[in-house]
Amino acid sequence: MSRTLTIKQALNEAHMEEFERDPRIVILGCDVGIRGNPFGLTKGLYEKFGGERVRDTPISEAAIVGTCLGAAATGLRPIAEILYSDWITIPMDQIVNQIAKIRYMFGGKINVPLVIRAPVGAGGGQAAQHSQSFESWFSHVPGLQVVMPITPYDAKGLFKTAIRGNDPVLFFEHKRGYEIQGEVPDTGVDYTVPFGEAVVRREGKDVTIVAISIMVHKALAAAEILSGLGIECEVIDPRTIYPFDYDTVIKSVSKTHRLIVTHESNRRSGIGAEIVSQIVERAFEELDEKPVIVAGLNVPMPYNRTLEGIVIPSEEKIKHAVLQMMDRV
Amino acid sequence: MPISAISMDESLAKLEKFKREVMQELKAPPELSVDDQLEIFRKMALIREFDTSVKDLWKQNFIYGLAHAYLGAEAVAVGACTALKKGDYITSTHRGHGHVIAMGGDVNKMMSELMGKADGYCKGKGGSMHIASVDDGMLGATGIVGSGMPIAVGSALSAKVLKKDYVTICFHGDGGTNQGIWHESLNLASTWSLPVIFLCENNQWAIAMQYEKASKNPVVADRAIGYGIPGVTVDGFNPFAVYSAVRDAAVRARKGEGPTLVEARYYRYIGHFVADDERYRDTTTNDPWAEQMDPIKRMREYFISSGTADEAKVNAVYDSAAKEVQGAIEHAKAAPEPLADTLYNDIYSPEFVQRFGGEL
Repeated sequence: MSRTLTIKQALNEAHMEEFERDPRIVILGCDVGIRGNPFGLTKGLYEKFGGERVRDTPISEAAIVGTCLGAAATGLRPIAEILYSDWITIPMDQIVNQIAKIRYMFGGKINVPLVIRAPVGAGGGQAAQHSQSFESWFSHVPGLQVVMPITPYDAKGLFKTAIRGNDPVLFFEHKRGYEIQGEVPDTGVDYTVPFGEAVVRREGKDVTIVAISIMVHKALAAAEILSGLGIECEVIDPRTIYPFDYDTVIKSVSKTHRLIVTHESNRRSGIGAEIVSQIVERAFEELDEKPVIVAGLNVPMPYNRTLEGIVIPSEEKIKHAVLQMMDRV
Repeated sequence: MPISAISMDESLAKLEKFKREVMQELKAPPELSVDDQLEIFRKMALIREFDTSVKDLWKQNFIYGLAHAYLGAEAVAVGACTALKKGDYITSTHRGHGHVIAMGGDVNKMMSELMGKADGYCKGKGGSMHIASVDDGMLGATGIVGSGMPIAVGSALSAKVLKKDYVTICFHGDGGTNQGIWHESLNLASTWSLPVIFLCENNQWAIAMQYEKASKNPVVADRAIGYGIPGVTVDGFNPFAVYSAVRDAAVRARKGEGPTLVEARYYRYIGHFVADDERYRDTTTNDPWAEQMDPIKRMREYFISSGTADEAKVNAVYDSAAKEVQGAIEHAKAAPEPLADTLYNDIYSPEFVQRFGGEL
């Protein structure tokens, strides 16, 4: 049996269930405890599991993340929460130079069962320092895993996989996606979602759209409209940015022979460039059209609503890219 | 001679001030037996011999990359780690050879690692700057100044949450004290009363920058007051002084009373790393420190003058350490190189590799 939950509720359940299951799990972050996180993700956790495991911290992102690494190396399974992913620049040294490399540098002697959770994404006039998504940065670094769920089912299942594994995970939730609803198995049904397995969200024969995070929903909306125009899009949600499931994309492109990649983060050196380059290298002969990337514009996110709307990629832009690709413009 | 960062007069004045304010008489605390004291000396000798050989081996191309010697600092690591129990942890700096030896690490494996060999501590992938003997509780060296600080805090958090009795020493240098993460780590650990000992190896030089030119107050221990924890400055050329301070800090930590900041002050009278030509200072200014403060020399004098051990015994202990290092050098020279097919090992866990394959 299942019920309808929001992503926020699904993540909250995932925290509660995993804290119950494994006493080695702790969470550190600004306002994760008594306040229960600004979005309510950790609501109830402090009351149930106490301040020893649910730790409100000073505003010290580098220490939060670095402390979680030391804890992970010595027997705990910590979650480090960064209030907004933009501020992940502060613990960057700990993530890139320590967390990603400590197993390798030290001869495989150290496990790093560590999840860094942070909301990403733009919209709502939060401007340049509260709107960014840095998935491409972290997928660039060997040693890290990057996860971007955008359904309640995946949010809960991927979180459980993340926290049960022995490798560090950057777990990026889209803050405009917290209220997205979806079916989730009943409590008591313990399920996980594996990393490195994409999902085909909508089948289609004409164009493959690989959509990252919130763009999945925009791509699905565009696909619905395009279907009315006789164009059938196949929408793929990779769910994890690294490891990345190229097989599913190649299988789809082998059918549609057309590829669009869409992500909200700005285009330059973005994850879309990597995906396109991989598909060109691995399946060039399957492509009938040059691949297209629909991404955020290369500007700091502006505050003004109209300007912001120009920067963030929309379903309209996806639709336009498909029509162009199909010579229907 | 280009401009020297320090003049002979300044160096001598510093030394006199050190003798007046920091230097402590070598006197073993009653709980350390003669054997314990000789073991301290043996480990110090191992470090001395090991790191003296490193520079030559680097010049001869047996050691490939960077290496930072622990010479002159032997008393700090050995004194501190003598106060630890089995199961305790330490985190290290970029100057980590002494920490491995102080934790009872294997010099064969360490020398192999420095030569990049497959049987080295890090399978030839870490080298000197990332030396780690995790099984001995040495959680690894780091090439980024200050970056090991929160790892020690995390290790202490594990002890607290998992209700274990161990303590963690966070070794760091005077250079590290001016990183933001230093402040964050002391603040977090003291706020949460975590069982960690912040041990500042104040060698007074961050490459070419003297500490008093980088910090308005050159006494690191004074900073403890800002975190509401005890701070103490001890003679870093004196293993018994370091031992005693860490012993007391460990008792406090195990009782749940939180961290202590121990400043072990010494003086880096050698180059920053093997290739450092010290063009930033007149190297003769190092000589008074080396002549008067050398911890190995002071320990020899202590043993003989106090009647704790005679010269023959002291020499025998030292020579056995020297022989062990020679053995390590021969071992490492003969050890196999890592194979290219190990390149992708240990980036991720074995479970990950099993699922997603080798070349990632």
